[in-house]
Amino acid sequence: MAELDETSSVSFEPADKKTISKYVKIAVIMGVVTTIEFVFAIFLPRGPLLYFTFIALTFVKAFYIVAEFMHLKGEVKTLIWSILIPLIFIVWLIIALLAEGASIFSLKF
Amino acid sequence: MATTTTTTSTREQEEAKNRNIWSGGVSPLKASYGKLMMWFFLLSDAFTFSSLLVSYGLIRYAYPAYEGDIDNFTFSQDYWPVPEKVYEAVPFLHGVELPLVFVGIMTFILILSSVTMVLAVEAGHRMDRKSVVKWMLWTIVGGVTFLSCQAWEWSHFIHGTEQGGLMSDGTIFYGANLMMNQYGPPLFADLFFFITGFHGFHVFSGVILNIIIFYQAAVGVFERRGHYEMVEKVGLYWHFVDLVWVFVFTFFYLI
Repeated sequence: MAELDETSSVSFEPADKKTISKYVKIAVIMGVVTTIEFVFAIFLPRGPLLYFTFIALTFVKAFYIVAEFMHLKGEVKTLIWSILIPLIFIVWLIIALLAEGASIFSLKF
Repeated sequence: MATTTTTTSTREQEEAKNRNIWSGGVSPLKASYGKLMMWFFLLSDAFTFSSLLVSYGLIRYAYPAYEGDIDNFTFSQDYWPVPEKVYEAVPFLHGVELPLVFVGIMTFILILSSVTMVLAVEAGHRMDRKSVVKWMLWTIVGGVTFLSCQAWEWSHFIHGTEQGGLMSDGTIFYGANLMMNQYGPPLFADLFFFITGFHGFHVFSGVILNIIIFYQAAVGVFERRGHYEMVEKVGLYWHFVDLVWVFVFTFFYLI
């Protein structure tokens, strides 16, 4: 380790407390959201309403990961949209394949 | 980049302003080539994972759902299992029913390793080598812990419960493989192996990349290079792996 310290001559800025506390806050929010999901899964009756809540909470977590951790929020608008718009194909895939699944079900049962 | 901007004269700046956007020399997305390519790779990876998860939706829709009271649930080949009844074991707590506790812990471990990764990226912006090395090490620890948890979960899933499950030919089968599954239709086990396996392989390659970056940061490669952009790029990949797990957790374990 002594050798490492010797070669480190580059000066660096001290950590910004505000940035660190922002990341800690996001971590706490994500922990709370996961706990809520877990509690809901055990105590609430299963059904479309619960599933919708789970999906909404998933997108809350996804937003924090992509916007804050991956810093997409700080990129230029063109980059943000060129990543987000292609994802519209997934929406099509969900509609198409769930309809297909329902059709297979009605043929089998 | 830094040297070119400092030597640019006002005349050159004027020329750059008038230059056609297609004649090169401009970067409209204001991001380096490597970072852009990582973003577009992750976009394509998002399509791969979503096709796996949507296939899960298709196959689940094609099977009957469990209709009865949740407390009387038993494993059967005739309907899709309720996930919280399948994943209820926790290491060292044999025979105790703790639905989704272990997978919840795994989720949180991965989120925490994402936080330590973002702290490594932040330290890289400040050229703080010691902090980069420290946070990269914690990220590796988080990734390895997650993989170990998944190994245990797979092992438990493959070996099965003491009661086993009744197969359609009247025999009792314990655990699951690609052909037979005590918890429900064989496809449920197949999708479990494929989706969590494909994600686990991403975590594994992420850990390998993290180790390489950790080593390079520790020996001062990035310090000599003058920037820590590699930490950012591998960080993007690592956050994406966390993002995918958030979706797998919802669509495979919760719903």
